[in-house]
Amino acid sequence: MVAMKSTNQSRRTTAYDVRGLAEPDAEAPNSAIVTGDAAELDAEPLTTRQVNLELRRLIYGEGITEVTLRNPGAKHSLAVGLLIRCRIRIEGSLGYFGCGLIDGPEIHITGRVGWAVAENMMAGVVVIDKNAGSLTGAALRGGDLVIRGQVGARTGIDQKGGTIIVGGTAGANTGFMMQRGRQIICGNAGHGLGDSMYDGAIYVGGTVASLGVDCVEAEMGPDDEEMINRKFGIYGMDRPDSFRKFVCGKKLWNYDNLEPHERKLVL
Amino acid sequence: MCGIAGIIHKGRDGDVGAEMTSMLQAMKHRGPDSTGYALYGQPSDLLVMRFKLANPNETSHFGYEERLENSRREVEERLNKIGATVDRMEGESQYAYRATFRYEGDLKPLTDYVEDVPGAEVLSLGHSLEIIKDLGDAETVSEQYRLGDFRGTHAIGHVRMATESDVDIAGAHPYWAYPFSDVAVVHNGQLTNYHQWRRRLEQNGHRFQSECDSEIIAVYIAERLTDGLSLETAMKQSLQDLDGVFTYLVVTDDSLGVAKDEMAAKPLVLFESDDMVALASEEMAIRAIINHEIDTYDPYESEVLVWSR
Repeated sequence: MVAMKSTNQSRRTTAYDVRGLAEPDAEAPNSAIVTGDAAELDAEPLTTRQVNLELRRLIYGEGITEVTLRNPGAKHSLAVGLLIRCRIRIEGSLGYFGCGLIDGPEIHITGRVGWAVAENMMAGVVVIDKNAGSLTGAALRGGDLVIRGQVGARTGIDQKGGTIIVGGTAGANTGFMMQRGRQIICGNAGHGLGDSMYDGAIYVGGTVASLGVDCVEAEMGPDDEEMINRKFGIYGMDRPDSFRKFVCGKKLWNYDNLEPHERKLVL
Repeated sequence: MCGIAGIIHKGRDGDVGAEMTSMLQAMKHRGPDSTGYALYGQPSDLLVMRFKLANPNETSHFGYEERLENSRREVEERLNKIGATVDRMEGESQYAYRATFRYEGDLKPLTDYVEDVPGAEVLSLGHSLEIIKDLGDAETVSEQYRLGDFRGTHAIGHVRMATESDVDIAGAHPYWAYPFSDVAVVHNGQLTNYHQWRRRLEQNGHRFQSECDSEIIAVYIAERLTDGLSLETAMKQSLQDLDGVFTYLVVTDDSLGVAKDEMAAKPLVLFESDDMVALASEEMAIRAIINHEIDTYDPYESEVLVWSR
C-alpha cells in the first residue's frame, strides 16, 4: 500500500481498519487537496475504484474527518465500505449502490441517487437532498437514511433496522419483507405497502394506494409522535400534520423452527 | 441486463446521432454485445428504408460478394416492380444498405416482397425513421455507420446483453414496428407471455425476424396503432397484456413514449426541461450529454409517459 506512506505519520495511529482495504496492492491516485483535517476530491477524472481508494487513503490513512467530493457524475458504487466515523459531502448525484455497506460515516449528497443507496448500512447518517431510485436503503441495518425528495419502488426492502425518512412520495412495495426498523413517508405510498413484512413500522403522511399481504394499520401512540418529531427536528424537515402507522398483521407468522437464542428461552 | 436511452428535442433539431452515441457509450457496461439506434431526421416525401442482406459473420463465406451484389440488384428490381421509384440506394456497411424511394402503396406487401430476397431483413421503413444496429459498442457502430453528424429531433438507442436469444443483428434492438411506418421500440427486461403473443400476432399476419422477446412489443404497438388507438392508449393497454418485467421506449414520427411494468422492476431515470427530455437506464448516460447540475427522477410503476417533439 504505497499510498499509505503518508507525509503526516502521526495520523497513521488513528483507527486503521484492515477490513476497509478492498485491494491491498491498489494505489490511490493521491489527487485530493488536503487542508488540515479536511480534504477536497474531484471525482471527474477518476474511475469508481480510484475514488474509493482515494477516500480510503484520506479517511483511514491520513485520518481526515471531512471530505468534500465534487463532480461524482452519477458514477456507481461511490463512497462504499467505509467502516469508520467521518463526514463526507458529495456535491452532485450518485448512480447505483452509492454509500453501500458503510458503518459510521455521515454523508450528505446534494443531488440525486440511483438504485440501492445505503444498502446494508450498519450505522451512520446518509442525507439526500433530491430524489432517490428504487431499493433505497435495501437491507438497512441501522442509522438514518433521509431522502428529501421522492423515492422509487421497494424502499427498505428487507430492512433489518434503522430509520428511513422520505420527504416525498414512495413507489410500490415500500417496506417489502421488512423485518425491523422504521420508515417515515411524508407523501403518498404506492401499491403493496409493507408486503410480507415481519416486523417494524411504516408511517405514511399521505394516501396509501393499497396494503400488501399481512400489513395492517395500527394506532399511533405518543411514542410514535415523539419519535417522528425528534427525527424531523434533527433534519430540519417540516412534518405532515398527521401520520398513519402500518405494522405486520402477524397472520403469516408460521415458523416451525426457532432461532438458537429463542430455543433457549423456550426451554 | 441491457441499457436503453431516449432523447427528444422540443421544437428544434439536435445532434441526436452524437448525443445518442455518448449516452449509449456511457452504458456500455450494461450490454457490450450489440448497439442499436432509431434516429429521426428531417421528414421527407421519400421513404427511407434501412435493410441488411447478410450477417456480419458471413462476410468470409464462399461467394459472399457475388451473392450480396445479386441480392442488392434483386431488391432494387423488386422495389421497381412493386411500383416504387428508387431515388438512391447506398451501401452503409459490408451488408447494410439505405434506400430512398417514392412509393404511395401499402408498406406490408413491399416489405414482404423485399424480405423474400434471401438474407434480406428490412430494419426500418418510414419518412424520417432510420434504424441502425450492429455488433459492438456505440462508438464502433457510430463510426461504422458515420452517425456522428446525424441531426434530428428525437432518437432512442439500446445496448444489448444477449440473454434470451443470439448475438446477431436480428437480435439487436431497436425493432421497427413492421409494417407501420416510422415506429420503433427498445426494451429492457424479459417478457414471459412471449410465445402466446407471438402466436396471436403471427395468426394476424405479422412477421417476426428474430427469436427476441422484445420484438413482440414493436409488433403489438403497431397493431394497436393500426386499429386506430393513440400511442398512449396502446401503451397503457400493453401494461395489461404483456407479462414479465419491462421498461420500454417507443418512438413515432413526432413522439417518444415510455412504459414501465407494474413492479417497476427495470430502471429508468428521467430528465425533463423546457426544450428537451432525456431518459436512460442509468443517470450516467444523461450526464454524458448534460454537463450542468440537473434534477432527475425515476418514473413509477405502471406509468406511461409520452412527449411530442
